[in-house]
Amino acid sequence: MKPLDIRNLSRNFGGVRAIADVSLALEAGERRAIIGTNGAGKTTLFNVVNGQIAPSSGEIFLFGENVTQVPLHRRATLGLARTFQITSLFRNLTVIDNMIIAVQALTPAHFVFWRRLAHYRDVLDRAEALLEKWRLTEFRNEVVRNLSYGTQRQLEIVMALAGNPRLLLLDEPMAGLSAAETHLATDIILNLDRGITVLLIEHDLAAAFKIADKITAMDQGRIVAEGTPDEIRQESSLQKIYARGGVRPEVSS
Amino acid sequence: MNFWVINTLNGLSLAMILFLLAAGLTLIFGLMRIINMAHGSFYLLGGYIAISAIRLTGDFGTGALLAVVAVAVVGVIVQRLFLARLYKQEMPQALLTLGLLFIVADFAFFTWGGDPLLVPEPRLLQGGVRFFGVVYPLYRLFLIAWGLATAIFLWAFLERTKIGAIVRAGMDDEEMVRGLGINMPLVFTAIFALGAALAAIGGVLGGPLLGMFPGADFEVALLAFVVVTVGGLGSIRGAFLGSLLVGLVDNFGNVWFPQLSLFTIFVPMVIVLALRPTGLMGRV
Amino acid sequence: MTENRWGLWSAIAFVLIAAALGGAIPSYDTGLLTQMLIYGIFAMSLDVLHGYTGMPSLGHAAYFGLAAYVTAICTLKLGWGFAAAGSAGIAASAIAAALFHLLALRTSHSYYLMITLAFSQVLWSLAVSWTDVTGGDNGLPGVMRPHIGLWSLGSTVGYFYFVLAIFVVVAAMLYIFVSSPLGYALRGIRDNEMRMRALGYHVWAYKYLASIVSAAFAGVAGELYMFLNSFVSPSTLSVTVSAQVLMMILVGAAGTLFGPVLGAVVFVLLQYVLSTYTDRWLFVIGVIYVLLALYAPQGALIYLRDRLKARRRSLG
Repeated sequence: MKPLDIRNLSRNFGGVRAIADVSLALEAGERRAIIGTNGAGKTTLFNVVNGQIAPSSGEIFLFGENVTQVPLHRRATLGLARTFQITSLFRNLTVIDNMIIAVQALTPAHFVFWRRLAHYRDVLDRAEALLEKWRLTEFRNEVVRNLSYGTQRQLEIVMALAGNPRLLLLDEPMAGLSAAETHLATDIILNLDRGITVLLIEHDLAAAFKIADKITAMDQGRIVAEGTPDEIRQESSLQKIYARGGVRPEVSS
Repeated sequence: MNFWVINTLNGLSLAMILFLLAAGLTLIFGLMRIINMAHGSFYLLGGYIAISAIRLTGDFGTGALLAVVAVAVVGVIVQRLFLARLYKQEMPQALLTLGLLFIVADFAFFTWGGDPLLVPEPRLLQGGVRFFGVVYPLYRLFLIAWGLATAIFLWAFLERTKIGAIVRAGMDDEEMVRGLGINMPLVFTAIFALGAALAAIGGVLGGPLLGMFPGADFEVALLAFVVVTVGGLGSIRGAFLGSLLVGLVDNFGNVWFPQLSLFTIFVPMVIVLALRPTGLMGRV
Repeated sequence: MTENRWGLWSAIAFVLIAAALGGAIPSYDTGLLTQMLIYGIFAMSLDVLHGYTGMPSLGHAAYFGLAAYVTAICTLKLGWGFAAAGSAGIAASAIAAALFHLLALRTSHSYYLMITLAFSQVLWSLAVSWTDVTGGDNGLPGVMRPHIGLWSLGSTVGYFYFVLAIFVVVAAMLYIFVSSPLGYALRGIRDNEMRMRALGYHVWAYKYLASIVSAAFAGVAGELYMFLNSFVSPSTLSVTVSAQVLMMILVGAAGTLFGPVLGAVVFVLLQYVLSTYTDRWLFVIGVIYVLLALYAPQGALIYLRDRLKARRRSLG
């Protein structure tokens, strides 16, 4: 069963076709990277898959289920998690509170209002365990907006993992990270359990090529190429795309 | 037939007073994202100062002008000295204007007392006119005409002048307009002053009809808020339509269901919001 | 895990002190203490909605006054008993919030602020004009406090202890509420709604519950207030009341549950002190609002705490 199956997806904004007739399918455990210049439609694609925006036409299947009409919050219960290009955490809450909120979301406790959270040890333990696993325990009581950008990006990914997702959408995880931080983030993603299927958008081509099993290239809302990193590297048409976009592919091969 | 003519005209005259307030309120919100809780205060001050000024000068026109200018100046001070410091902080701005509302209300009570006062009708506009088979107060007809003229003026200002274009652009993307080198703080102050002046005119012109008394600011402001909510924040057209709707509904509601009062306005408000949560012509 | 330990202990201390003082101080002061407790409940109820869930309301008086009126009407005109009338009042506020928010939750922030204001003003005008039922501007006087078994609520002290008991129960319930998983979710919603949805939370349901709970407890406060004065009038539904309770959570610290109780205490004291020296009470509230808005929109306590932290940092 494919974790994600997108069929003929289109989304228009007024007269602009943000994504046009996009079809894409992921295999279980796959790491797929979507590359393309700014405005290619990558984030719009994510927003449609995630449920934030409705498609103009086409269908989306998550683990075999047609979720095209399913509201955003319900897709999470099917195992979908996402990070955002612009860090989207609970900035005024502490790191541990951020984790707790993320962890409890898909547990039976999430709507309980007659018992204190302290009672739900499993939620608390899991939150602490996640922080520990990803070496964020030292920031436990820090308010998120006081954290460094890199740490915030890291927390962003960890929060997405809190609900044990089966499909993880990462929107430019390397955005704004230093070389060392990029290295760290790349390792995190590479070491993710193969039980999780990963779809990521990335501008940093070196990182994308390192992580991905397969690459999909988009331009102006359409898929223009798809293949293994090696195949994509040879694709001459892509060099043109990147040149037009003013971006030099930072591929070190 | 007479019933319909009279009451429709009554509703329209109320609508025009409301429009004068709602237009300013919606412009201020559309451009600066400020919910001016003290908008009714401008109305109140306009009316009260006009009463005193007319008493002093003996002339309606001069008194009215003085009142409007005075309130506009107050508006400039409020915006420049206080609101501008809370740039882009919606809740604090609303709180600040709420504080102002109380300050002005108490000041007005202290200065003009608790008894209702009437802005005297200008002599030129006294008397009635034959209109569709009834004799209708000339003053009310003038009020309706004035409201329509204001609506047209505002429309022309926004759609046909350069400054109007700047305001419209500012409502859409204020940072972008700043980036073009336009002095947005000046535009902000000007629009806020315009809103205050319109509200003051509402107080001056509405005064002979509704009277000035403690609580008039609350009552009128509430109606204006309903108008703006129904019409859509940021839209003059919405404010106009909303004013017509609220003015007519309130008037006929009071005629048919006097016991229910404002509740009759609640009904169209609920219906409109249920269908279009951002108001009839909401753009934000 | 962040919990409001400081606030909790302060609240417990406050209750204990109040309990000890209640019967020992002059009757007028007991009345003031009672007011503080009542406003404390009112402020806590708004804090759940505004401080925790981030829904700014300028119309909370609606639920305060509605419950008061319904209880008064049930008692005076329908002859209902204390428990029945009291329950009816709370139910009325809860139901009003439930119905209103079916619409209001389609709006947010600025719109929500305005529409809550409009709602309370509509109820206010209804109270003023529907004279047959509500007594109009004159209100409904003569609602007497009953006896509960041997406990006479009619005396000042007797009623004080009753209100204190209710306060403790309400505070405990709300403390559990905001410390629950749902309470945490509310904080998340206040901070970043979109993130909550992406995490799988059905945000609407949370806001809906918060608004109903908040309204119900506001209703409790409203009824207690009505019985305190044995009287209800349209002023309980006014913008002034909504603004006052908002000020309480701002003077305290919005989002801490017990900070607003402190705000309520300060407010009652302020009102008492000022009204003995000047008639310009409304003016002073206005100035406080302006100052709060300019310097401490998150709440005076938080402003002070941050200033203290900054001083400590520069000294240490």
